[in-house]
Amino acid sequence: MAVTPPEQRIWWNEPIHKTELGWIVIAFLWGLFMFFFMIAWHFIGEQNLSTETYRIQPAKYEAKVEAFAEQFKVAEENGVPVVRPPAGEDVFILGRLWEWWPILELKKDQSYRIHLSSVDWQHGFSLQPTNINIQVHPGYEHVITLTPTESGEFGIICNEFCGIGHHQMTGRIRVTE
Amino acid sequence: MAVTDAGSVGGQIRDWAYRTCGYTGLKVDTQAQALIKVNAVAAVVFLLLGGLMGLAVALTRWPAVHLLPAEWFYLVLTGHGANVLLFWIIFFEIAVLYFASAILLNSRLATPKLGWLAFILMVVGALMANYAVLRGDSSVMFTSYPPMQASHWFYLSLILFAVGALIGVGVFFGTLVIARAERTYEGSIPLVTFGALTAAIIAVFTIASGAIILIPTWLWSIGLIANIDPLMYKVVWWGMGHSSQQINVSAHVAIWYMIAALVVGAKPLSEKVSRTAFLMYILFLQLASAHHLLAEPGLSAEWKIVNTSYMMYLAVMGSMIHGLTVPGSVEAAQRRNGYTKGAFEWLTKAPWGNPAFSGMFLSLVMFGFIGGISGVVLGTEQLNVLMHNTLYVPGHFHGTVVAGTTLAFMAATYLVLPLVFQREIVWPTMAKWQPYMFGIGAAGISLFMMGAGTLGVSRRHWDITLTDAAHAFEYPAAAYLMMGLNGIFAIMAAIGGAMYILVTVGTVLFGKKIDEAGTHKLTFPLHSGGPQAVSEYGSRGTLKLPGTIILVSIFFTAFVLYYFVNWKYLSDLWLFR
Ligand code: HEM
Ligand SMILES: [Cu+2]
Ligand SMILES: [Cu+2]
Repeated sequence: MAVTPPEQRIWWNEPIHKTELGWIVIAFLWGLFMFFFMIAWHFIGEQNLSTETYRIQPAKYEAKVEAFAEQFKVAEENGVPVVRPPAGEDVFILGRLWEWWPILELKKDQSYRIHLSSVDWQHGFSLQPTNINIQVHPGYEHVITLTPTESGEFGIICNEFCGIGHHQMTGRIRVTE
Repeated sequence: MAVTDAGSVGGQIRDWAYRTCGYTGLKVDTQAQALIKVNAVAAVVFLLLGGLMGLAVALTRWPAVHLLPAEWFYLVLTGHGANVLLFWIIFFEIAVLYFASAILLNSRLATPKLGWLAFILMVVGALMANYAVLRGDSSVMFTSYPPMQASHWFYLSLILFAVGALIGVGVFFGTLVIARAERTYEGSIPLVTFGALTAAIIAVFTIASGAIILIPTWLWSIGLIANIDPLMYKVVWWGMGHSSQQINVSAHVAIWYMIAALVVGAKPLSEKVSRTAFLMYILFLQLASAHHLLAEPGLSAEWKIVNTSYMMYLAVMGSMIHGLTVPGSVEAAQRRNGYTKGAFEWLTKAPWGNPAFSGMFLSLVMFGFIGGISGVVLGTEQLNVLMHNTLYVPGHFHGTVVAGTTLAFMAATYLVLPLVFQREIVWPTMAKWQPYMFGIGAAGISLFMMGAGTLGVSRRHWDITLTDAAHAFEYPAAAYLMMGLNGIFAIMAAIGGAMYILVTVGTVLFGKKIDEAGTHKLTFPLHSGGPQAVSEYGSRGTLKLPGTIILVSIFFTAFVLYYFVNWKYLSDLWLFR
């Protein structure tokens, strides 16, 4: 029994049951498959998280975002600039207690280099309802090339706990045809 | 009345008192027994506290109920994580370690004084953590990611608790050494002890990582260090956070084997395979922090892929092996007990009325199907972006650590009560239904949180209506439905938890004393087909396990299908690279 020492003193020479052996082979091959599939997706898939990251002082990042918003601002909603950058442009999003700033207007099927960082605590960039979730750190500027494939209004939720206003932290991306 | 004797081994070794177990004839060190009791009792107390907090959290996340105000919600959620994941589980694990060493090896416990010191440190740590959280300035979640800062009491409490646990693990190792030196057993240690040893080895690595990260963080909280890098913190913190989950898995798998052995007389199909599978947990427990960091900036894709999979999911393979060998050994034992009809008579005629067995088997199935499959999907580099930090994550780990570990520990309690506390279980009917109530509740909260997460609902979030948010956003109606169902199943799980606590506390306080003389009802294995059952069997070619083969085939099919469904979801997202 499993609660007593093995009956066979030399238990490591016992033959292995066929069913066990078969299952081990299946588990092994499936593990290999899953490993190679992750690698393969980097070549065949169109959703791979970029690893392009720079160290940056939070204050510097804030200044960059403000300059960006200033440059491409087209309107204002409740004091928040609505920014419409040209396709292919570098786009900056700022996470701070407790909003995603500014509001963005993007074009469907165009690619943008999206920069993400925080000026204070960690936040969670959660683009809904498409459901893309990326961690955002202060001090790290993460650059992702993003291509919207549908138009409409999208919400950015914060899904990393960031204090008492966490559930009020949202942002907006508008995608036009 | 306990038969008490003094050990005769001389010199510096303490005189040890023991009683002889009426069931097994094993010598039971009374010090080990006392330490098992206090650790188990402490575990149950923190489960009660943490479980109530879990219920309050779930009721708050049910939009129609929305029980707690925001501040309390985050406070209680922090307390929930710490009390159940750390205190309930680890107190119970220390009891398991003492049981698997001193009791199963028929040995005295090494340095019981240190065992008491460990216990006291852990109690102080756990109480201090609750104090820190209830003060209201430590609502940082049990992960406490900087730059958000908790009160210094919070970090200090975790350090004290960890030091205590480390000493307890040391007592376990010491006991193994003594048992070997004093030849209290023949040959190799039992499989269950081997599993516990696996857990203990991983615990050392875990606590070391914890010390490396929590000590500087504590110094930061009292102002001696200026800055903690948030990414570095996460890499090291999850070295503790993840490998501690591997401790839980090793411990509850060892318990599956133990219950299968004691209840139906199961014997591992092959010691070699089962032990190798445990060994894989140690070898490939990995820089397992990686799969918590898949959505993080600043880490390369190669690092993520290699460290989540170590070329090929070897730790997962370990669990898949146990997933076959545990039911396989039950099937083999039951067939030997005479239940040989068809593929499944061994299962349908299994002792489902015995809460130790039903809890064990439910834990096994739900850990595999709910916690295991979702864990692999969540830990796949690209798929993680679909559910990082959504409710899918708590959904997954309530499948592992609640439906799996917690339920297995509850099941084990039904054997510990007569064997160690020497009490007959009060309210056996309640005990009989308890694993079903808790198990179904736990499965429900796991699945519905996973469902809500698939719809994008954030974890650790007070208000999914986003009423006061800067920019309004509506989650789909189905998400509200999921949260409501989650609330209903949370109530079930809480009732199941309350039943467990009533039975346990009732038995410890009021259960009929089982005397040594032998009027007791239990003989091990509890359910067997008579004397021929104990005869030897093994990996001889004659042994057939059709039922188990069907079960693992269903499991594997579900696994593969669900894996590809998620790639399909992923391929529908916006493009990003
Ligand atoms: C009555 C039983 C339980 C219920 C109803 C319950 C419910 C919940 C809910 C609703 C959440 C919150 C998810 C969120 O908003 O992010 C949660 C979080 C959590 N639960 Fe449970 N739970 C129960 C038992 C347990 C047990 C037994 C454990 C551990 C062994 C556990 C470990 C955790 C952990 C670690 C978290 C995460 C806390 C965090 O995000 O910081 N739960 N639980
Ligand atoms: Cu935030
Ligand atoms: Cu947040």
